[in-house]
Amino acid sequence: MKKWQEYGTTLIGIILLYIFLIVLMAVGLVNGYHQGVLVLIGINVIAATSLNLATGYLGQLALGHAGFMAIGAYTAALFMQMIKVINLPVDIALVAALIVGGLMAAFFGVIIGIPALRLRGDYLGIVTLGFGEIIKNAIFNLDFTGGARGYRGYLGSINLTKMYIIVAIVLTVLFLLIRSRHGRAMISIKEDEIAAEAVGVPTTFYKIFGFATSAFFAGIAGGTLAFYQKMIDPKKFTFMYSVEIFIIVVLGGMGSITGTVVAAVILGVLNEFLHVIDQWRLVIYSILLVIMMIFRPEGLMGSKEFSFVGLVKWLLKKMNKSSVGDDKDSASLEVK
Amino acid sequence: MALLETKNLGITFGGLRAVGEFEISIEKNELVGLIGPNGAGKTTIFNLLTGVYVPTEGDILLNGESIVGLKPYQIVKKGLTRTFQNIRLFKDMTVLDNVKIAFHHKMQYGVPNAIFRFPGTRFWKEEKEIDEKARELLALFKMEGSCNSLAKNLPYGEQRKLEIARGLAADPKLLLLDEPAAGMNPQETRELMENIHFIRNNFDVSILLIEHDMHLVMGICERIIVIDYGMVIAKGLPDEIKANKKVIGAYLGN
Amino acid sequence: MNVFVQQVINGIHVGSIYALIALGYTMVYGIVRLINFAHGDILMMGAYFGLFSITIFNLPFGAAIIVAMLVCAVFGMLIDIIAYKPLRNAPRISALITALGVSLFLENLFRVLFGAEPKKMPNVSSLQGHISIGVIKISYVTVLTVLLSIIFMVGLQFIVKKTKIGKAMRSVSEDKEAARLMGVNVNKTISITFALGSALGALGGVLYSVAYYQVEPYMGMMPGLKAFVAAVLGGIGIIPGAMLGGFVMGLVESLSIGYISQSWSNAIVFGILILVLLFKPAGILGKNVREKV
Repeated sequence: MKKWQEYGTTLIGIILLYIFLIVLMAVGLVNGYHQGVLVLIGINVIAATSLNLATGYLGQLALGHAGFMAIGAYTAALFMQMIKVINLPVDIALVAALIVGGLMAAFFGVIIGIPALRLRGDYLGIVTLGFGEIIKNAIFNLDFTGGARGYRGYLGSINLTKMYIIVAIVLTVLFLLIRSRHGRAMISIKEDEIAAEAVGVPTTFYKIFGFATSAFFAGIAGGTLAFYQKMIDPKKFTFMYSVEIFIIVVLGGMGSITGTVVAAVILGVLNEFLHVIDQWRLVIYSILLVIMMIFRPEGLMGSKEFSFVGLVKWLLKKMNKSSVGDDKDSASLEVK
Repeated sequence: MALLETKNLGITFGGLRAVGEFEISIEKNELVGLIGPNGAGKTTIFNLLTGVYVPTEGDILLNGESIVGLKPYQIVKKGLTRTFQNIRLFKDMTVLDNVKIAFHHKMQYGVPNAIFRFPGTRFWKEEKEIDEKARELLALFKMEGSCNSLAKNLPYGEQRKLEIARGLAADPKLLLLDEPAAGMNPQETRELMENIHFIRNNFDVSILLIEHDMHLVMGICERIIVIDYGMVIAKGLPDEIKANKKVIGAYLGN
Repeated sequence: MNVFVQQVINGIHVGSIYALIALGYTMVYGIVRLINFAHGDILMMGAYFGLFSITIFNLPFGAAIIVAMLVCAVFGMLIDIIAYKPLRNAPRISALITALGVSLFLENLFRVLFGAEPKKMPNVSSLQGHISIGVIKISYVTVLTVLLSIIFMVGLQFIVKKTKIGKAMRSVSEDKEAARLMGVNVNKTISITFALGSALGALGGVLYSVAYYQVEPYMGMMPGLKAFVAAVLGGIGIIPGAMLGGFVMGLVESLSIGYISQSWSNAIVFGILILVLLFKPAGILGKNVREKV
């Protein structure tokens, strides 16, 4: 297949998936409540894929992702309030606010990244964790955030369609970034920083760039959360939330964007089913996590990716082969 | 003018002088060996030349231009690359991608172009170009068959070869090889010698190599520098080095 | 001046608890290179077991401490054997996530079993009252906490430096493979390290709950994080470093509560951690180790 055909196939795949969702909604299989669940899953998808960029691709352990989300949420909300006077169409204002929120988070990503990224592994994890705690502490104590009561103000709204578009755009951008020379540079840093530097990769630049990009999308996830919930609850952005996002990344597979999506969906749906036994939900969840780590530490997908192109190729092959009557290949997964 | 020239190069770690008064001059297309007993400071010299360590004294000139204080990746841009004693490949990347990384500093397209890939933009041109170049280079080393395998799945000798290919991909004027034959059996070492010869004849590059396998060093190097305790104790042609009493003393601990 | 002295005393009080907990983090990190996130929950379990010993079994306070320490030592070993041992040779990040999982598990298990609402730690009658030195008051609880902490820290230092098992622990933390070849039972040594660390954590938990009068499933999180910060501050893997870090942490916290602001104290504590790591990444007593090229 030619490149443009591959891109076309992927685009058609994304649209078909959306139509499928619409059909499910139309026949009532996905009701209003389900849509809410799906929007929240979408937010987790953005948050977790952005963390995957920092941890799975760049190889930097970050445990304060909720902090960046909080920055994005509050910035987006305050920006929305500010531009209320100029009466922009609501969706344009919303997009602008999300981007401003993301940029602010990215700015903090650079500020924290420049010193912190000199540290490695666990230490970086601790510094990011500390950073997340400082942000949380600041939100509770500052005036313009509304303190512990939370922020209420003029906020746009997010529905499933908008969420789907945002997720599709974020994932596409991440994919294109990762599969370019910039993505290769980031992955080489995860693999071996010293070797990367020794073949001409400016590692410091890419570490900060990757970390800031990760923070940018985390900020967008935070903004989306604020707009969907029509308020911001500061108690949401705790260390536990950072851990929750981190778990999604690990479960899906570090270094697999689609793996992260799958894990976010599975956990989101699982949470709904486990609501019946609410008390035991987190107990079961944590046992699963430990068992997963012991028996399949690379996550559901490892560093493999699902792709519509792979799926189509596989279907074509199957159609060709079925005429011969031989069919061994059964994977639509493609090693990146 | 020499390609690489060091003047009174030295580094001191917490009072201990690891390398001192190190002077070397490498001409274009030369193949020079750097030998010495274990702990003599050979790898430290490589680390100084490639910017991993900043020297505490002296100067390093590459094409007459000082490279002291530059970051390792900047030195790569100036035309000096290396391999490592303990192979450092990007293990979970494909063989092809390992080579492509080394082209990074030759490419121009920015992040926006990576995301907005309009037809005819730099992204397409450059990606196509390095894809071809990387495959060509691998073909020269008879590795085109393993383009898509992960680097970690290659046999040991092939991994060494890939690391050298990756170093060459960065288009160096001077290539530093740190014990390329370490851990190889005689058969693999023979192939390595052929490969080094091949590089010499087909690439416009000088080579400085550290090696313990005297057969290899004496067999391919045009000039040899011997160091002990961080100081040069002998320089010369392979035959002169073989007969040098100081060298024999250093190796036998005299 | 009085405020200052009072805050310093408070700082030493909290700091000695942080130091006890930090020891567990540092020992485990030293020997298996794992941030044992579940250690904070060992503290919580210790507090629960101490509470039950007193309220249900009517044990005296001293006996309650011993029960809590013993039970937690066993749990510490079990956690290691069940959750961490299978991952000994796995990438470190898997072990880290497992530790987070175990932490989540313990918190929520205790929440399901004993409810989310805080339970009140009864007043221990023998610990009521205080010593007065001029206008400075030092409560018996503070005296007991500091004394117990110091006794156990000295004891631990003795075990690590002077006994055979201590030597085994040091050798395993230096080089697991070499220790195995020299006939050290590595798994047993790791188990004992977990047991010792958990016992100290449990002691910290009981003392913490006595100081703050309450026991709840998530009580281990914040002191756990702070104790961990203390361990890093002092230089992780270094036992005296954990003690030093604990006291520094306690003092910084109580002085910032006293002089700056109660509500910003967490931010200050983590801010200092970040600064220390940036300027001295290996901690106060740590040595910088550079990756060999």
